[in-house]
Amino acid sequence: MDVSVKRESLEAMRVFDLAKTPLRELNSALHAIAPGTNDTNFEVVNPRGSHAVAVGIDQPVTVEVRGSVGYYCAGMNDGGTVTVHGSAGPGVAENMMSGAVVIEGDASQYAGATGRGGLLVIKGNAASRCGISMKGIDIVVQGNIGHMSAFMGQSGHLVVLGNAGDALGDSLYEAKLFVRGEVKSLGADCIQKEMKPKHLKLLAELLERAGITGVAPEEFKRYGSARTLYNFNIDNADAY
Amino acid sequence: MCGIVGLFLKDKSLEPQLGAMLSDMLVTMTDRGPDSAGIAIYGSPSKGRAKITVQSSDPKQDFAGLDALLKPVDSSISVELKSTHAVIETDADKASAVRDLLSQERTGIRVMGSGDSVEIYKEVGLPKDVVSRFGIRQMAGTHGIGHTRMATESAVTTLGAHPFSTGADQCLVHNGSLSNHNNLRRELVREGMTFETQNDTEVAAAYLSAEMAKGKDLGQALTSALDDLDGFFTFVVGTKSGFGVVRDPIACKPAVMAETDQYIAFGSEYRALVNLPGIENARVWEPEPATVYFWDHEKAA
Repeated sequence: MDVSVKRESLEAMRVFDLAKTPLRELNSALHAIAPGTNDTNFEVVNPRGSHAVAVGIDQPVTVEVRGSVGYYCAGMNDGGTVTVHGSAGPGVAENMMSGAVVIEGDASQYAGATGRGGLLVIKGNAASRCGISMKGIDIVVQGNIGHMSAFMGQSGHLVVLGNAGDALGDSLYEAKLFVRGEVKSLGADCIQKEMKPKHLKLLAELLERAGITGVAPEEFKRYGSARTLYNFNIDNADAY
Repeated sequence: MCGIVGLFLKDKSLEPQLGAMLSDMLVTMTDRGPDSAGIAIYGSPSKGRAKITVQSSDPKQDFAGLDALLKPVDSSISVELKSTHAVIETDADKASAVRDLLSQERTGIRVMGSGDSVEIYKEVGLPKDVVSRFGIRQMAGTHGIGHTRMATESAVTTLGAHPFSTGADQCLVHNGSLSNHNNLRRELVREGMTFETQNDTEVAAAYLSAEMAKGKDLGQALTSALDDLDGFFTFVVGTKSGFGVVRDPIACKPAVMAETDQYIAFGSEYRALVNLPGIENARVWEPEPATVYFWDHEKAA
């Protein structure tokens, strides 16, 4: 084998085995990457439900996680692309700034919480509080989502191909919600809204970015804020 | 926080390893709560025999001559000492006479649990120390539950540790905190239940015991708990042949379950399950809020 080629392929993918290597080494290596580096491909094996895998990325790296992770995987991601080939525990991609996080399995509660940007794709189901307090993140869930999802969502988009649980969009601000299946109940101040051509276009773009084919934007319903709870009004006291 | 685990075996060939498997699961959850730890193991009951697990903070004095003290009540009695705990095996008909004698003669002794098959061990300290002091790894059984505690609602003491047992072969571990436990405790006291602690989880255990005493099965009792208990809870409950899980409707407290042909397992986190055999191909899911899950060896058989 040509030695130079072998060297290049080694550089091309850095593998961290969490059964042998402390998590801190992985995250420190991710944080040490300088802008413009070519050494941007990482693989994590044996995560075995570890917490805080690949948090705080601030460069356009690619991280392939081979297995299921615990709390806060890919938290605060800013520009990285993290794929979990398994399921994720609570708080995956919380406070994401930019980049992409893909979960091949299911996600536990508060996936994408407080996210400010980037794309979170969950190929299985997401549990309760998905996208709670979202502030610009785009979340696409191919399965169902649990109760209290998008609670106090401020901006960004939540797209759900399956069903939504109780109290969807409670106390919603300007996050836009698209659900293809049934919504068990809407939260306070969340209403169904008309799907206009600009929303169909937006939704088509979101589905394409998430790599979803064979699903038409027309199959979804749109939900958003009725904007009656923005400012406190004593007549609305019962709705809070 | 608190960490809870549970394991219900379907495959009898795994029964000799129950204690070891459950111990590993609990030790993995240590960083969810380092205050105290406990485990309940359900072994195979022998006909006509009962087990009483007792505890003392002064085992040297309280357990001295225990065998000789109890022999006159039941000549077939056996006493196995394990650190601060002792397991008394007796003729089932003599069990209440044994308990009466213990409460009169050995006032430092507390009953941790009793029944046909359950043994309950709990102490202040880390899970790894608690499981080794009681030799849990060597124990066989059909199912078991465990808890590592980060105390919120009552003091860090042996009696405040989980599992809590308030009925024969019944016990419960809890992650969360109840907000209506004082009121419920008053009602249960009126119905004749007795309490050892000011702990909220003991009230939940007693509530389920009281409901089952009225004729409900575990699943029905857990369903009533959703209406009558207020607060945060993920419960894992054991009975002589059954194993149940329920979460409150808000479901903040974490829970992961896994099922294969060999077992049904519960963990506060997936980390607790990663060493189980065949976990790679198990069905892994998060139990739904306000939904009762329960399995029973007798009903399955």
